[in-house]
Amino acid sequence: MSYQDPNSISQPLTNNADASTAKPSNDFVRRVAEEKYKFGFTTDVQTEIIDKGLNEDVVRLISAKKGEPDWLLEFRLQAFRYWQTQSQPSWGHLRMPDIDYQAISYYADPTRRKDGPKSTDEIDPELMKTFDKLGIPLEERLALSGTAVDAVMDSVSVKTTFKERLAEKNIIFCSISEAVKEYPDLVRQYLGSVVPYRDNYFAALNSAVFSDGSFVYIPKNTRCPMELSTYFRINARNTGQFERTLIVCDAGSYVSYLEGCTAPMRDENQLHAAIVEIVVMDDAEVKYSTVQNWYPGDAEGRGGVLNLVTKRGHLRGANSKLSWTQVETGSAITWKYPSCVLSGDNSQAEFYSVAVTNNYQQADTGTKMIHLGRNTRSTIISKGISAGHSENSYRGLVRIGHHADGARNYSSCDSLLLGDRCGAHTFPYMDVHNNTATVEHEATTSKISEDQLLYCNQRGISTEEAVGLIVNGYAKDVINKLPMEFAVEAQKLLSVSLEGTVG
Amino acid sequence: MRSEQQYIDLYETQRDLICRHSVPVLNDARAAAFAAFSRQGFPTQKVERYKYTDVAAAFAPDYGVNLARVNIPVNPREIFTCDVPNLSTQTAYIVNDSPAFEPTPFACSFAQAAKDCPHILEQYYNRLAATSDDAIAALNTMLAQDGLLVYVPRQQRMERPLQIVNILRSGVPTMVNRRVLIVLEEGADATLLCCDHAMDNVDFLTTQVVEIFCGANARLDMYELEETHTLCRRFSNVYIHADRNANVSHNSITLYNGQTRNTTDVHLQGEYAEVTLNGCVVADKNQRVDNNTLIDHAVGHCTSHELYKYVVDDTAVGAFAGKILVRPDAQKTASTETNANLCASPDARVYTQPMLEIYADDVKCSHGSTVGVLDEASLFYMRQRGIDEAEARMLLKFAFIGQVIDEIRLQPLRDRLHHLVEKRFRGELNKCTGCALCK
Repeated sequence: MSYQDPNSISQPLTNNADASTAKPSNDFVRRVAEEKYKFGFTTDVQTEIIDKGLNEDVVRLISAKKGEPDWLLEFRLQAFRYWQTQSQPSWGHLRMPDIDYQAISYYADPTRRKDGPKSTDEIDPELMKTFDKLGIPLEERLALSGTAVDAVMDSVSVKTTFKERLAEKNIIFCSISEAVKEYPDLVRQYLGSVVPYRDNYFAALNSAVFSDGSFVYIPKNTRCPMELSTYFRINARNTGQFERTLIVCDAGSYVSYLEGCTAPMRDENQLHAAIVEIVVMDDAEVKYSTVQNWYPGDAEGRGGVLNLVTKRGHLRGANSKLSWTQVETGSAITWKYPSCVLSGDNSQAEFYSVAVTNNYQQADTGTKMIHLGRNTRSTIISKGISAGHSENSYRGLVRIGHHADGARNYSSCDSLLLGDRCGAHTFPYMDVHNNTATVEHEATTSKISEDQLLYCNQRGISTEEAVGLIVNGYAKDVINKLPMEFAVEAQKLLSVSLEGTVG
Repeated sequence: MRSEQQYIDLYETQRDLICRHSVPVLNDARAAAFAAFSRQGFPTQKVERYKYTDVAAAFAPDYGVNLARVNIPVNPREIFTCDVPNLSTQTAYIVNDSPAFEPTPFACSFAQAAKDCPHILEQYYNRLAATSDDAIAALNTMLAQDGLLVYVPRQQRMERPLQIVNILRSGVPTMVNRRVLIVLEEGADATLLCCDHAMDNVDFLTTQVVEIFCGANARLDMYELEETHTLCRRFSNVYIHADRNANVSHNSITLYNGQTRNTTDVHLQGEYAEVTLNGCVVADKNQRVDNNTLIDHAVGHCTSHELYKYVVDDTAVGAFAGKILVRPDAQKTASTETNANLCASPDARVYTQPMLEIYADDVKCSHGSTVGVLDEASLFYMRQRGIDEAEARMLLKFAFIGQVIDEIRLQPLRDRLHHLVEKRFRGELNKCTGCALCK
């Protein structure tokens, strides 16, 4: 699968990025610095959009459109009432534009069919073209890529592939709307159990208005035979995307899950407030990989997606394992902390992240590792890269509970500054309530070493290539953790987002 | 009633009394400080810098305040002999918040300074505290009536270190608002030792604001040692302004206390300035120590080092939060920050938060933080050689803290602190012979 045109680097210049970060004489640097967002097209599909605004009637309307049971409507209404009592948090190291929650439409359905398409033929051809442009293999070529995809556009899951083959192993992979109808007991048992609607402001909002998303259930002692993937796309104007992903990996099972996202170029900000909940039982393992490439806004900082996401995994079982890997290159504002609650004894959690910000992008991202069980282990590797006028913050919490005997954490967060107008910040928090725990944190901030550049130049490698090499080497610890298909995309994204910004 | 209301009421009703027993420069700053304090109130634990300290609870009890400046019957020379062996110092005593000593060439009370050199007070007093936007600094400015001025003129050098002995003395729960202003002009050189002691076993609440101006090429070594008791609450705000090529070393050592909150803000305003912040904390029982530092690199080519080490036992709580801020023009900054903690008991708590906020690209900044246990291999090595476990653990803790003590530049003081820390770990309170304070 492909998220980035490999030829994109050589495309002509059309937009002027921050000139101060590029030397005029350096064509390559200028060219890449001025690289445009590749997924900024819109798709002309007929979309059913409900009126803007948010009130109880809208929540009821969304629920009614999806034909949901009463318990889910009640869940949404409770969340909505709680959300009304809260105000938007402001503690992030971010300059957030005012969000008018009444100016957003909370439901947009590009399929125009109540129950979604039954086969590829029923999907709007324009929609299929969109996913072709994005490189999402919804067609037969899936067989070659070996990845099952759930594609979500605006508010509705468009198509889920490979369901039949997964069903042979009793693996459930479908849209959450479908899961609510087909497997209500499972959804009811786990929905909101990891991220309750009272968790935070955006979690409450999502719980009230979530439209669709993916549901995965891996039964006991099952190794999912292929990577599962969700592809998110915001298309319609003035809509928000509020998807919800719920993954339950039962005892002794394994699944690798990939997530990708893009959006059209628009002058106004688009809101994306998602929730991802993961439950990992005894001896189970989940790998969750994200390549986030929402529209980051233009070179002047206009538009772009506000990516305000709550992601959390609960390692309930003993010896369970959860790994978050993320490559964040898009979004005007990224504000998320994929977290792990390590309840099961001997459970292990990992967080690998590369966050790249350019132009006027802002990111305040990191993780939380909450150690509750004995002998729990967590590793945090975070690489931040800032360029242009951007602000890139790592914020992470490691909490060792009173009963987490022998808990162990290692955190390393490095920041690379490419340009003298950007910011790189590190805000780690460590709360240790157990005297047998070992917690280590280290962080460095620097620019690309002149010595390393000189070394490469001496050996005939141009500065541009050298920067590419060094940056890829810098991010290698994280990229290596991605599944093969994503690793290739992530490297391409990095090269586009980074190389041109070194002057 | 909100905790701050009693202080607002106190100021509103006793404003005349406060001013009558103070000097004009301090009185001039009160109105703005009162407005700031009334507006802000005490910071809650939702305020990032006060996340680990419940300020309102500490200030809630009803403390007596000696606004009428009733003379406290203490003759410090008779009761205090806690000097540092082999180190000749000149000594200044502050009983509660009143300087009680004859003026020395470099130190005098604000009351004396208002007569002899009012221009220095006018030029420097409250310049840093007023811009800190800190409610406790504002409260101190509102209520402080006297203070200690240390002034080292241009190119002069303090031949002997100045030892400032802070003595808390009262028969009833008392609030003390101590104020210190340290001005080193260009090329000046000074060494200050400050120690806090409590004579009486009653509740004390201390607010302290120390403003330090270090001129170009000036050099300051400052050591603050706290040895009080578990009923003492101390809120200390130290503000340091360093000009070009200044060299400032500030060392904070907390050996015995109740609740301590040390805020240290450093503003590097001149190129090639260098600052070193060291801290060590030994806490047990229900002691709480919260060190919060900010190093603001406003210009380029400056260097900062920070090393804080904690040993926390029993149900004590240790917190450290340090931010290094590198502003956009502060290129060629070099900065390191290290915080290491030993959590020695199941009920002890450690919170650590080392932060970097960087807006310039040509910098080398790093921080490291650890919370851990004593190295089992080292313990095993010592036990193999016949050292019993308790002694081995004590030695390892001593070595752990020793890294901070070894940073002290004065050999006699270093030896003295090694001795005090060792006694502290052995469970012996810091008693020295012939000293009434340590009985």
